[in-house]
Parts: sequence; structure tokens; C-alpha cells
Amino acid sequence: MTTSLALDIGLAGLILAIGTWTVFARDSLAAVIGFVGYGLLLAVIWVRLSAPDVALTEAAIGSGMTGMLLLGAAARLRTERNHATGIGLRGRVAVGVLCVMISAGLAIVILFPPESIPTLAPAVMENLAQSGLGNPVAGVLFVFRALDTLLEKVVLILALLGIWSLAPDRAWGGVPGLRIYLEPSSTLTFLAQLLPPVGIVVGVYMCWVGANVPGGAFQGGTVLAAMWLLVMIAGLRNVPPIDRFWLRFLLVIGPVIFLAIGLAGFVLADAFLAYPAGYAKPLIVAVEVALTLSIAVTLGMLGAGPPERSQHS
Amino acid sequence: MLNAAGLPDATTGSASLVLSIVLPVAGVVLSLVLGGRQAERIALVLLPIGLAIASVIFVQVTWGGHSLAYIVGDWAPPLGIVLRADGLSATMMMMTAVVICAIGIFAVADFRTPADVFEARAPFAFWILLLAIWSAMNIVFVGGDLFTLYVALELLTFAAVPLVSLDGRAETLQAALRYLLFAILGSVFYLVGAVLLYGTYGTLDIAMLSERVHADPATIAAAALMTAGLLAKTALFPLHLWLPPAHAGAPAAASAVLSALVVKGSFFLVVRLWFDVMPGIPGAAGTQVLGALGAAAIVFGNVLALRQQRLKLLVAYSTVAQIGYLFLMFPLAFNTASSALQSGSALTAGILQAISHATAKGAMFMSAGLMYAALGHDRIAGLAGIGRLLPMTVFAFALGGVSLIGLPPSGGFLAKWLLLDAAVVSGQWWWAAIMLAGGLLTSGYMFLVLSRAMTPALEPVKLHATIPQYQQAAALALALCSLLLGLVAFSSFDAVQIGRPVAAQVG
Amino acid sequence: MNAAAWFGVCGATLVGVGLFGLVTNPEPLRKILAFNLVGSGVFLMFGVVAKRGAAVGLGGDPVPQALVITAIVVAFAATAMAIALLLRLFEATGEANLDSSLSGDAKRG
Repeated sequence: MTTSLALDIGLAGLILAIGTWTVFARDSLAAVIGFVGYGLLLAVIWVRLSAPDVALTEAAIGSGMTGMLLLGAAARLRTERNHATGIGLRGRVAVGVLCVMISAGLAIVILFPPESIPTLAPAVMENLAQSGLGNPVAGVLFVFRALDTLLEKVVLILALLGIWSLAPDRAWGGVPGLRIYLEPSSTLTFLAQLLPPVGIVVGVYMCWVGANVPGGAFQGGTVLAAMWLLVMIAGLRNVPPIDRFWLRFLLVIGPVIFLAIGLAGFVLADAFLAYPAGYAKPLIVAVEVALTLSIAVTLGMLGAGPPERSQHS
Repeated sequence: MLNAAGLPDATTGSASLVLSIVLPVAGVVLSLVLGGRQAERIALVLLPIGLAIASVIFVQVTWGGHSLAYIVGDWAPPLGIVLRADGLSATMMMMTAVVICAIGIFAVADFRTPADVFEARAPFAFWILLLAIWSAMNIVFVGGDLFTLYVALELLTFAAVPLVSLDGRAETLQAALRYLLFAILGSVFYLVGAVLLYGTYGTLDIAMLSERVHADPATIAAAALMTAGLLAKTALFPLHLWLPPAHAGAPAAASAVLSALVVKGSFFLVVRLWFDVMPGIPGAAGTQVLGALGAAAIVFGNVLALRQQRLKLLVAYSTVAQIGYLFLMFPLAFNTASSALQSGSALTAGILQAISHATAKGAMFMSAGLMYAALGHDRIAGLAGIGRLLPMTVFAFALGGVSLIGLPPSGGFLAKWLLLDAAVVSGQWWWAAIMLAGGLLTSGYMFLVLSRAMTPALEPVKLHATIPQYQQAAALALALCSLLLGLVAFSSFDAVQIGRPVAAQVG
Repeated sequence: MNAAAWFGVCGATLVGVGLFGLVTNPEPLRKILAFNLVGSGVFLMFGVVAKRGAAVGLGGDPVPQALVITAIVVAFAATAMAIALLLRLFEATGEANLDSSLSGDAKRG
């Protein structure tokens, strides 16, 4: 057994342990903090699985943004006088047996892959050069399966609208009540003044190079969103009311440009979401830049929550 | 197995498939940025355009006699994504367009932005969510790739959940959260199945999978998990617990959309999976299990509906029961000779049941909403006198019930007739008994409601709100659709069979 | 068993553990947490499929990797919506559970 295999087995065991602990821990806040650590270890596993794009996305969105939302919720709910009892022992045993069966079934299936492993990697590499991209994952996301990426952006916007619709009627159009969970201290303010310029550069860089090396719109956009949230939480910038035109404009600019270029494909290339020969890379970079902006604003507002106070109060 | 027409060499020019998806999405995005009452205007403009596109697709498929296909981005599967419309898709898209148009017209009165504000929460959200649901349903019907269908399912869920809690009451928030948890769990089970299928066959395209699929542990596990996930989203017994409070708590137009359309999306994917991707995998046992769950849904749903005090909850439990009918078509479509699911009259029956339920339930929820608005409550015991006040509305409710019970000439009658026929011919008489029992129970609660509604009130009933005529007309129009569906279906019900593999007579 | 296989089994187990947490824990916040566990288990299995598809000099099959990126974003959106619903429910009622004690004819603001 080589050291790298031992390392991998150790990683797998560790996240399994942490994951199981977050399910059974008594205190919700501790469970959430454990989940954040779980997410970061998961990002390491993605690197071990030779998927750096996924590792970046997992660290940024899966662990970073999700962790932030869960921490905020756990902190809010601490005051809840919760006395829910849940299902009884026999129910738990039945569910436990079901879960064991499902896990065992999945494990057996994953342990015995077919003899000839089907893979689309050769097909991707053959066709990647046409679009001028160097990053095969970006190629899949923006060239071969662009429809999925476009729809996924719509899903994000819709989730934001759904969250906004939870606001009380009187607060519609108002300011999200982004909770500040830490005391506005000099440390937080210092961080919020120091990190964002660095974060913005990192975010823009990740978006820009995503065409050729791991990175891309989602990862870059998340870093930008995180910086914006940090600045808002520290109180250095006001949370915008949701009816501001510039906010709405930035929210939709990504999908609008993506859609426009896709529709232009009817005329300029052969099909919807096809790129005219030779212009693929600049068009894709344009789409990625617009998407990064939209994703940054969408994720930032997702973190801010539904409007809670009218801007005129 | 699909024939070679599923994999076109070149785009066959059916840009209408793309437009059916893209136009509502464009509406969503434009409404968000323009804001205010533009959301309503954009939605109302898109209603007839979307109906026209769905009609174009329907005509192309039925007159052409073959499926349409569109290769997105000019990249053929397995690398790229194909959109496909066969008779099944075209029929469902037509149904969706008609129902959404009727609900859209109905909703104008309920979701109007007041004159003195730029933007109001509920109207703004409603119109955008309606367009999003339309787009998601269209993707479900024409999507040819299992992962695109996963994204479509999530889009559908995120558009449907806020509709449940649209009026902001505490119990609707709870119902929405429960719905969301069931739905996202269902999606993630669907995704596990997709992972297993990709790992075994290297593609997620439906036509390619249908050619490559064979019964091995991974495929069977994938089929089981994906179906379980989709059943949670379709609220088939015993995973139906989220549906009644969610559908009953939503505003009237939203309940209509949820019951009529949203649950049909995940149901459609079960049909796609079982009939197109892996017809030979589930086997007789699998189909009988689905049928048994459907039968349990029919019995439980109808019995619980009978016990409800509130009209909207009664209609919601009725939805739970009617969804059970949809799943009876699986054991009845099973051909023991070829040990696979056959696309024959049982498939047509199931789709017909879905369409007639969609129109009937849409009409019933709209009617129930109008009665609630007029009386200020929806207690069944207190419905006396509503027949005088809103005759058109009560009539629409009654016509919807006719289709649910299965009286001629409604679509519900034809669907149940075809199912009964298939049951008798294949010797599975137990499904016939369940259907008859269901029909009896449905008549029971329909009679309960209608007899209360038609009794004259002891004291004059105070109208809490004036009900515009066009709202009643919209409900009545949909109810008439479900009533007359039986007639229309006789001439062209083989629309569903276009693009299907030629089947041996299953009876 | 190589590393990918170990990660695959780990993912499969996470799916089961998360499902158990989702069904048995009465608090909605823990259910949402458990859902994320199930999701990450599924994504891990996808990643194992990708790693096994390594060919032509790539470390893994890029198609499943791209699908996982899309799915991570979608799962985050689901979590965000669920948390917003939960917090709003808590604000409206002072409790955050899914008991049906709130259903019934009583209307509340």
C-alpha cells in the first residue's frame, strides 16, 4: 500500500466520520461548523480525484457559501424552544435498515464497474480545439452542454426570486435584513477593508483564466460574492434594496447575454447555442464575464435573504 | 427501443422546440429587470405566443407522423444534447399550454398590481413563477438528456415551492418547506440513478441509453432509485404527505397550476424512463409494485377526501387519488410475452388520464377558489346558497367532477374505459375492481359537495367579493375541455403513439 | 481496491448516513444539513465515475466533472431556499418544526 493510497483511505475515513458526526451531534451550531470542515476536506478529495474545477467549486459554493448560510441559520435558531420528538425507536430502526440497504447497494454497484469503462474524454479532447478553449471542463460547460449551464443560471435566479417572495408585503422592494452575527469590531472592519481588493483580483483572475486552466465563471463569481457579503456584514457598504434597477440589471445580464449569443447562433452558426467558427473563444469569454457578474450578485443576494424592512422606514 | 429517428444526423430544423423553452425563460429574465406590472404584461403577451408554438409543434408531429428533433449547439449526443418531441411530448405540451392560458386569464383578477405602487410582491412573483413553470414543463417534455431533465426538475421545484407560500400564512410556509424537502430529496435520488447509468453506459441521452441498456445490477439500482425519487415528487402513496397541505394552502390559481401541471412533470419522466429508456428492466414485479402503490393511492386518497371538512383540502386529496390512476397503466402496459413495457392502448389511456385530470383539476381548484372568495371560507358544510350566487362556477366544478368520476363523454371516462379494457383483456381483473371502487368513492364526495352547494341558503348569503365573469368563464372553459376530451380523443388519440416503436397488439 | 474505489464506497455510505439523518432528525435545519450530505455523497460517486474515465492524458472524464459543478450550484440554491423558508417560518411562528400543529382552519398572519 503506497502512502498516497493510505492518505486517500485516511481522507475517506475522516470525512465519513465527520459526516456521520454532523448527523448525530446534539448541538446544531457544532454540527454546522463540522459541516464546514467537512466541505473543505471534500475539496481536498476532489483534488485527489483529479478534478480541480470541482474542488474550487466545492470549496467556494458547497462549503463556503452553504456553510455561511447554515451558520447564520443555526445562530438565529439558537433561541428556538424546540421540543420536537421525531420518530420512535422502531421507526428509526426501519429507516436505518433501509439506509444500510441503499448504501450497500450503491457501494456494490460502484465497486464493480463494467469491464470497458465508457468515457467521453477522447470525444471532448477531439472537439475542444475547435472552440479554442484549453480547459475541457469549460468546454463541456459552455460548448457541448451549454443548455444545461444556461438553465442552471435561470435556476439560481428563480431561487432568488423565491426567497424574495417570502418577504412580508410591506417590506417588498426594501432592504434585505442581512444579519450581522458578529459585533462590528475593528477586526472585522479591518478584514473587510483588506480582503476585498485581493478577493476581487482573485475572482476576476479565476473567471478570466477559466477558459484554459481550472477556474471559470462559477468559481470566480463566488469569490466576488463572498467579498461583497463580507463588506456588507462588516457594515462598510449598505445592503441594496431589491428594487434597484442596477441590481436587477446585473442579476440578469449573464443569462441575457448567454441567451442572446445562443439565439444568434441560429443565424450566425448552425444552431441554437452554436458558436460561429473562429469566434467561439471570444464569445465564450464574454459569456463567462457576464455570468461571473450575475453569479456574484445572485449569490450575494442569496446570502442576504428576503427583504425585511421597507427602505422608507 | 427507439428507432434510428431518435438520433438525427442533422438538425431537422424544428426550432420551435427551442423556442418553446427559450421564450418563457426570456420572459422570466425580462420581467425581473423591467419590474413592476411589466411582469404581468409580459406573461399575458407570452400566453398566446406559447400556445401558438405548442400548436405548431403538435401539428408538425401529428401531420408529419414522426418525431421532431433538434441538436442543441450542433453537437450530437453523447457529447451534446438533443431535444426530441414525439407524439407523447407534443400532446403534453399542448395540454400545458391550454391549461396555463386558462389559469393565466383566471389569475389576472387575483394578481393585479395596484395602481399606486410600482411593484407588488405577490403579483410580481406569481407571473414570473408561472412562466418559469411553463418553461420547466416544456423542457421536461422535450428534453432528450437525463441531466438536462434533472435541471428541468429542479427548475420546476423552485418555481412551484414559492407558489405554495405565496400568501405568507404560517401553515403555507410549513407546507412549502415540507414540499421542498421531499422534492430535493427526490431530485438527488434521480441524480444517483443518472450517475449509475452514466458509469455503466457512458451517455445520458435517452435514445442512446435505450439501445445500450441491459439488465445488470447497476441499471436495476438506477431504475429503482430514479423511480423512487420521481415518485416522491409526484406524491404517489406513501410519499404523498406533502401534497394536501401544499396544494390546499396555495392561492387558487397557484393550486390549479400545482395540481394540474407540476405533478405531471415528474410523472412524465417516470413514463419516459420506463417506456423509453429501460422498458425491459423493471419486469412484471416492478410494474405490479407501481400498480399496487397506485391502487393504494386511489383508495386512501378518495377515502381521505370523503372525510375532509374544507373544500380545497378535499380537492387536494382527490389529486392524490387521481395520481394513483396514472400509475395503473404500468402493469397494464406490461407484455408478458416480451417481458417489457409496450406502448399500446394502456399508454394512451394513462396520458389521457393525465390530460383530463389536468383540465378537470385546474377547473375545480379555480372554482373552489372562487367559492372561497365569494363566501369568505371554504367549509363544505357552509356552502349552501353558492349555487345561486355562482352558477357557472358550481357547474364548472361539477363538470370537473364528471371527468374525475369517469362519466361519458369526458376524457376521464375514455381513459378509465381503456384501462378497464386492458385490465380485462390481460386478466388483471384486480385493477378493474380498484378503479370501480375509486369511481364510487369519487362520486360520493362529489355528491357531498354538489348537494351542499345546490341547497338554498336559509338566510341570504353575503358576498365577500364580487367575482368577475371572466374568471368563472375560464374555469368553465377548462372544465368543458375535460368533458369533451373523450370525443376529441376518438379521432386522433393515436397522437400519443407517434414516434413510438411499433408494438405488437397487447390488447 | 484503488483510491477511487475507496472514495466511491465513502460516497455510497454518505448517501445512506445522510438519508438517515434527513428522515429521522426532526429539526428542519438538520434535515437540510443531511440533504447536503446526501448530495455530496452522490457527487463523490460521480467523481469516481469521472476518475475511472481518465483517458487521453486527462486526469478524469470532463463530462461528469462538469455535471457535478452544475449539480453543486443547484444544490446550493436548494439549500438557500430551504433555509430562507425555515427562517421565515421561525419568524412567523417562533417555532421551526414540521409538525402539523399549524394546519387547520386557524388563519394567522
